[in-house]
This record gives sequence, C-alpha cells and structure tokens, in this order.
Amino acid sequence: MKPAKFTYLRPSSLSEALELLHRHGEDASLLAGGQSLMPMLNLRFARPAVLIDIKRIPGLSGIAIGDGVVSIGALTRHFEVAGSPIIRDRLPLVHEALRHVAHAAIRNRGTFGGSLALADPAAELPACCVCLDAAISTASLSGFRSVPASKFFRGVYDTALAHDELISRIEIPLPPDGWTWSFDEVSRRHGDFAVAGIALGVRLAGDVIMESRVAFCGLEAAPRRLAPLEERLRGVRVGDRIAIGEIATRLADHVHPLASEEYPAFYRIEVASALLQRVLARTSEAIQ
Amino acid sequence: MSKPSAYGAVIGQPHPRFDSRRLVSGGGCYLDDVNLPRQLHAAFLRSPFPHARIDSMDSAAARELPGVAAVLTWHDLADVCSPFQCVTKAAPNLVSPPQYPLAPSEVTYQGEPVVLVVAASRAVAEDAIELIDVNWTELPAVSRLETALEVDARVHEGMSSNLAWRTEITGGELTALSDAAALAVEQTFSFGRHTGVTLEPRGIVASWSNDTGGLLVHASHQVPHQLQLHLAELLSVPLANVRVVCADIGGGFGIKMHIYPDEIAVCAASRILGRPVKFVADRIEGLVSDIHAREAITTARMAVTADGRIAGFDISHRHGIGSYSVFPRSSTAEALSSIRSIGAPYRFAAFRAQVDVVLQNKVMSGQYRAVGHPIGCMITEHLVDKAARARGEDPLAFRRRNMVAAQDMPWTNPAGGRMFELSHHACIDKLEKLVIADEVRSILENRRRRGEVVGLGFAAFVEFTATGSEGYGRADVPVAAVDTVTLTLGPQGEVRASASISELGQGIRQGLSQVIADAVGVALKDVTVVSGDTGISPHGGGAWASRGAAIGGETAWRAGQLLKREILTVAAAMLQASPTELDVRNGVVCDAEGRERISLCEIARTALFKGHELPDGINAQLTVSHQYRRDRDPFIPTNGIQASLVEIDRGTGLVTPLKHWVVEDCGRVINPLLVDEQIRGGVVQGIGEALLEVCRYDSAGQMVSGSLADYLVPMAAEMPDIVIDHVQTPYSGSTLGAKGAGEAGTCAAAAAVLNAINDALAPCGIEIASTPVNPVNIMSALRGARAR
Repeated sequence: MKPAKFTYLRPSSLSEALELLHRHGEDASLLAGGQSLMPMLNLRFARPAVLIDIKRIPGLSGIAIGDGVVSIGALTRHFEVAGSPIIRDRLPLVHEALRHVAHAAIRNRGTFGGSLALADPAAELPACCVCLDAAISTASLSGFRSVPASKFFRGVYDTALAHDELISRIEIPLPPDGWTWSFDEVSRRHGDFAVAGIALGVRLAGDVIMESRVAFCGLEAAPRRLAPLEERLRGVRVGDRIAIGEIATRLADHVHPLASEEYPAFYRIEVASALLQRVLARTSEAIQ
Repeated sequence: MSKPSAYGAVIGQPHPRFDSRRLVSGGGCYLDDVNLPRQLHAAFLRSPFPHARIDSMDSAAARELPGVAAVLTWHDLADVCSPFQCVTKAAPNLVSPPQYPLAPSEVTYQGEPVVLVVAASRAVAEDAIELIDVNWTELPAVSRLETALEVDARVHEGMSSNLAWRTEITGGELTALSDAAALAVEQTFSFGRHTGVTLEPRGIVASWSNDTGGLLVHASHQVPHQLQLHLAELLSVPLANVRVVCADIGGGFGIKMHIYPDEIAVCAASRILGRPVKFVADRIEGLVSDIHAREAITTARMAVTADGRIAGFDISHRHGIGSYSVFPRSSTAEALSSIRSIGAPYRFAAFRAQVDVVLQNKVMSGQYRAVGHPIGCMITEHLVDKAARARGEDPLAFRRRNMVAAQDMPWTNPAGGRMFELSHHACIDKLEKLVIADEVRSILENRRRRGEVVGLGFAAFVEFTATGSEGYGRADVPVAAVDTVTLTLGPQGEVRASASISELGQGIRQGLSQVIADAVGVALKDVTVVSGDTGISPHGGGAWASRGAAIGGETAWRAGQLLKREILTVAAAMLQASPTELDVRNGVVCDAEGRERISLCEIARTALFKGHELPDGINAQLTVSHQYRRDRDPFIPTNGIQASLVEIDRGTGLVTPLKHWVVEDCGRVINPLLVDEQIRGGVVQGIGEALLEVCRYDSAGQMVSGSLADYLVPMAAEMPDIVIDHVQTPYSGSTLGAKGAGEAGTCAAAAAVLNAINDALAPCGIEIASTPVNPVNIMSALRGARAR
C-alpha cells in the first residue's frame, strides 16, 4: 500500500496552479484534503504522473456571506464548515449533513471542494448542493465558469469539471424564509458511505407542503432534484403518513437506482423511501 | 500448597494495568517499530485469482529496478526452507497437500504469495512487483460451500474430491432422537466466513547472521516458542540458534498463532541475503491472507420430550476451510469445536453429528477467538428458543429445566463434553435479575405497542477453555500446553518474573503480577513480568484458548509459592527461627504474631552480596522456576449466559443492538477490570459476527470485501451498553481456581443477538438463521411477509 511514483508539485498561487494544471491536464491529480485521493493512491487505483498540491494556495478557503449568497472556498475543511455560525444559521441543511460525513479525523482534513470534485454518488455535500441550487465556481487558464450544481454532477465520479479546471468556491444562494430543511441518511455504521441519504427542503403553509426540494445521495449515479416527486408532495399535509407513504412507495417510478450484489436496487429504493417518510414525519413533529 | 485467600488482597482487585499509560501514549514497541541496521523490505506478488496455473513468469524488469535486492520464487527458496503440511492424528486421513512458502506452479487461493521482492523500501518493492509479468491460466474455482462437494472443479488439480475430512460423532441412546420425541425442531443455518481484524496487522522482521548461523526473528505472534520450533525445523537451523522476539502486540484473536507462508518466505529471504528483511502485512493483503473462520452450513434437529426435556441432537455439518488445513494446528479443530459445543449447557440423551470438512479455493480458515463455539451456540440456542416457542413457554423456563444442574455433575454428555463445576442456574438467575432490573419487559411491551420491531434474546453457553496437553499432544502436533514461570528476588526486594505466557494487549502480565504479588507476599509495584522473547522467556504455550489465567496464572502462583518457601528458608536461618513460624507480608518477613522481622530487600542483599554471613549450609536459591502441566481434565469448561435487546428498523431492515447483558463464570477472577474488558471486547466481536462482518465472495470466487470499507468491523458508536456480572466457581483442579475468560464474550454474543432478532421478527412470521444478518435479507423477508 505505497503509491506508485508521481511528481509532486506545490504551487503557491492560483495562477501557478492553473498553469500546472494546464500543462499536465489529464496526467495530474489535485491534492486538497487527501481523504479520498490518498487511499486511492496507496491502493494504486489512482496513479497520476503528477500530484498538484493546492493546499497552500491563498484565498481558496473560508466562508463569507453577501448578496444573498453564502460563498464557501473550495479548500474549506469540513470541520470549519460544520463549525461555522453562518452555515449553522443560514444553511442548516449543510450543517446537518456534515454530521454524517465520515469521522472527525476525516472531517478535520477533507475539503468541501474535494468532496464535490470527487463526486462519489454516496457523498452528502453534492446532494446538498443540488438541493440548494448551488453554483460551483471553477477556474482554468481559459477563465472562470459558474456551473449550476444540477449540471455539475454527471455520474459516478464524473463531473462537468474539465481536466485543466479546478473548483475555486461554491456559491449557495440563501434560501428564502419559511423553508424547513432536513438531512438524514442510512449507513451500516456511523460514518460509512451512505446506502442512501436525503436532502430535503419544504415550504409549509400551516401543515401543508406548498413547495419542496428533494435530492438523494447514494440512490442514483449522481444526485439530482426529483421534480416529479416534488410535484407529488405539493399540497400534501406533512403529517399525512398515509399520503406520504403512498408517494414514497412510488419513488421507484422516478429513479434509476444504483445496484450491487450487496445492496440491490430494491433495497436502495426501500431505504430512500423510508428516509423520505422519516424526515417528513420529523418535520411534522417539529411544527406541532 | 496453600490457596490464595482474602489475605494478601491483590488477587481479585481492580488494579489498572501497569502498561496502559505507556501504550495509549504511543510508547509501545510494535512490530513496525522494529528497525534493524541494513534492513530490507519485503512485498509479495500474490495470486489475483482463486485458482490458477502459473505458466511462465518474466521478472527481469523487476530485478533491474534500482533498489531491488532480490526477486525470489519458490525455486530460489527451495535450498533453504521446506514446504509444510498439516498432519494431525486428531483428524486421521485428513487431505491437505503440502504448502509452499511461495506457490511453485499452482495457486489455490486469492492472496496466495507467489513472488517475494526484497528491496530498499516497501514502495520500491511494490514498484518491482508491478513489473513482474506472470502468464496465468485461470482454473475453475471452488468457492461456494453449498456446492463445494458437488461441483466438477477441484481445489487442487488432480484431486479426486474436495472433501478434506469426514467424521461422525455419536453418543448416547440414538433411539431417543426419534422414539421419545414429542417435538422436533429443525433449522438449516448458514454461517458467514469472517476474520479477526487485529489492530496491529501481522508482521515479521527476520535477521539471519552469516557470522553466527543464527536467525533472530521479531514477530507479531501469539506463541513465540511455537514459531521458534517451526522456524528451526522449516529452515533447518538448530533451535538454539533461533530467537523469536515478540514485543508489544496489538491483538491476536487466534490470527497470529499459525505458520504463514509469507512469513516463512521472509525468513528464507533473510537467510539467502544475509540481511534483515521486514514484512508488515497491509490491510488489503491481511484480509486475503490472514486466516478466516466460521464458514459453515449446518442442518440441525433437536428432539424434545413431551415434558419439555431435550432428548438429543441430530446434526449434519459442512465446514469450509479454504485450500489447506492450516499448519500446524489444523482447520479441523474449528469444525470439531463447533460440533462439540452443541447442546453443551443442557442435559440430553443422544447426539449424532455428521461432519464434512471441505476444501475451497479460499484462504485457510483456522482458530479465531472462541473457535467454533459461536457456531455451536447459535445452533443450540436457536433450537432452544424454537422449542420454547413451539411449546408456548418462556425461553428462560425452558432453559432452566434443561440446564445441567450442579448435582448432576460431573457428567460427560453424549457429544463427549465433560461437564463439571458449572453454574448454569446461578448465572441464569443473576441474568434474569439484571434484565428485570432494567425493566426490559415493559420496554418491549411499550415499544411493540407503538409498532416498533424489538426483541429480546438469550444465549447460554459452555466454553472449553485452557486446553491441556491431551488437545494437541494426542494429535501429535507440537504445541505446548504447559507454562513456565521463573522468578528472581532482587536486591531491592523486587520480584522479576519471566513467563512463557504472551501479552497480546489482553493484560495478562498485569494478571500474573497480581498472582505473584500474593503468592510471594510482596506489593504489586514490586513485581515485574517479562515475556514474549524465546531468548529470555522459558518454553510454554503463549496465548490461545483462554489459557493465560488458568494455566499461566497457576504456574505463576506455584512459582511464587516456591520462591516464598526459599525466602522463608533463608529468613529462618538468618533469624534462627523455624520457617513454619514465618510468613512474608508486603515484602517483609513476619513472625507468627505478625511482627515484622526482616525485609526481603535485606534478605536479597545478604544472599547476593554478603552470602558469607549466612549460616553454613544455607545456599540461598532466590531464583526459582516452575513448569506446570495440569494433570487432569483435557479442558476446563466455563459457562455463562448472555442477553441482547435489539431494535429493527422496519423501513431499512437495520438492526440496532440496544443493550447487552453477560453473566459468566470464569472461576476465580484475578482482576475484574481485565476480565470485564475481555468479555466486553468479545461481545463486540460477537455482535460483529451477528450483524456486520463477512468475507464476501462473488460467483467467480473473488473476495469482494477486501478492504475495511467493505469488511465491516463493529465500531464503538454502534455498540450498546454491555452489562457484566460474574458468578465465581473456582476450578477445583488448581490452587488458584481460575478458568478461561478471554473468549466467553464471543461464544454467545452472536447467538443472543440472533435470538433477539428472531424474537423481534416472530410476530411477522419470519425466522432468520444465517449470519451476518444483512438488512437486505431482513427487508426481503419483511416484504415477503407483507405479501403473504
């Protein structure tokens, strides 16, 4: 479990990093928190010729709020995001989701941008970004882009990121008032990759769901908002277990679940359906 | 010989372990901390296939890589070491071919070492391995146990069958299985293969000296003297020239008491190169090359008389052992132990078991913590619950009626297990009180009323501990069941022990210190125990079969008493008193009235530095040794009962253990902190067995849970509170009275959890009899039940 040989480069500015990335492109991997990349290197599953360590680049870390947007630098570590009062008060979905991200030791090093760039289908933050209609800001020598989360995640470990691009920050629009947010997931052990997880926002009038946003992780190859499901939830009383149970059992109509020998498709759907019912029941309890 | 009493007051006390601070603060010296001058590093090319032929190999590029010292195949090792083969008289006619440190031409399990690269660093060695080009011909693999005897494929080419060994165990009046039975309960069980994931992986640093013709081996191993003997024999080096040093060890669980081909190859490489070679198994290779355990399929039937008494058991058992019977202790031991522990807590009249031990293209299985007992316990306790349910009876009432009563022992049951000094009824009474005190019945009722799926399960067990010399001796397998302790009184009145018992992290050195302190009559702080080094420690059994306290502890007690006698002889001569009027208390020799007369420090200093002052004829022997072999009882049975409360999530099928209770009887408790943590750790491994851990293989025989992201070990966050209590029935065959404790938690934890799950699911008409209990299986069953 030692990595194959690679050249290690440590740029000290964004422009230097982008130049290196431009030069080495497909042969390079970016090293941020290293919590997924390092094991992959050690297992020799990932064997980039060049490792570009971006940790020392100034300005890619930190959390700011302004213009109705929370901006999270790509290198911001999970523990910083989880401990941020801005995130806790203004983006409670992200705050809640981070409790499910691996273990403390991993959260101490893993980065927000790294999790998005990897695009593990079971990861929590991509689902949150999709649910919150976040925009992912990228940079390359050719310039800057802002990619909506809904277009960023394309499949298992597959994103809209070009080989010469890196994520610089994540911009999450502040949700309007009156929404309730929940995150929950099911894994065999705490901190494991989720069998399925749910990021859910609802706007209630009394106890009736007026609007909702739903994205799952672990269920499909990439997270996405499930518009037909959101449509079905409209007008339903959040405490109406029978109606919600009915909607949940029809989840299979809307999704293309991941399947493996260990967790067949039916099981992931069962879990996702249970999660939908669980978080809505909790929402209902909270307003009573 | 006097027995330990309340006086002395070190035995039985919850003293914290003396080396905890050092270990938790990073001061340990584990195998990977050992680095020798001129050391090289080993890495293995291992078979990626469960079964293949090696047609040709090109390693020229690997040899040329800078930093590579050698690229070795069996051809290169054959001059300096021999293959080995598991032969045991306990399993006559066992089929297990000779096993090579590196596979010469055919690989029979994924992970089998084929080429050893020795290089300046592990990284370079791994680079070199990638440059080796092997032409393989994949061969059909035998993987699934269900069909392993029926398929055309053979585990080794040219074998006539995949059956390694077949035996039948019968006893008692077999007619009882049919005639008197008013009720018969039956189940087919499937037990998942798993492994013991030690915190510290296997590892070895072998250092051959051309100058002395000696081999110094640092190893993470449970039984240094066993390893020493086999290294001497396999490498044809006089035993006196082989030294095995086991410093701190991060867990063994049975994984580290076997002879592994890769470790032998590393020793051979050191001999060839004349330089130290280090090998530490990483997790990925550990999971495919450490011994596995537990894979079995059993159909079991229990007959019950009209008045609710167990009449007997009829068993058909198939045990998967991988492609070899593990050397030297044999994989058949686990199958036999599984069978022998069936029905063990209960009285019954008849027993019949057909046992097939089957080869597979998988890594060897072997003796992992609680060897076979969890299987026997799950079978028995499932059937017991099933019978109680069928009779509409409380599961504890059924158990109470059938448990072997104190007045009925000693008794040899029809499966051949000798039962004596067990406390089933005392344990079940105590357990019931604990469970009642926790208001579990009302918790169950309330939660069920709310529609939750919750269950309570019980599992009684007997464990055969502290194996005597009959165990391996009759099998003609050279494994020591004796222990040896050497004690020296030093010039500050301190007692230094060197012992043959191994410290694996279980804390046995602490336990031995407490025994020695009381046996000699000194303060605990004045006792030091060293072990684990064949250059220092006398020969003995090391650590396995929960033997440390029962055998090692007794050895230490007797050695301590011997030293005390010598001390008193010298003291009596110095004081012109009779030794019988003197005693040693807290490091001071006292007279019959308890008056302090002379300190051990003074005695030692006189004997060591001023011996001429001693009376004529007194030649003080302040170093004593005792070698102890128990002269009765091949095993010491222990007993206990566990209970588990679980919750099952209807929506996901996930099982959450809410609470776990254990009442067990390991005889005299030397240190309750050590015993309780052994029980707790054992329970956690049992919960892992029931719910999480499994070596999964795909249809082609590839292991697909080959990393710790896929092989799920239980973690602290998922574990329930574990309540522990004890009944102490001292073993009458020793002065100390200790029995084995290290595996008791593992014996019955999985059975208790499985029974709790089935108690929870009984209202849905679902019964689960395979481990680990997978949430997918539970959801499938719940869907099936809903559809009915």
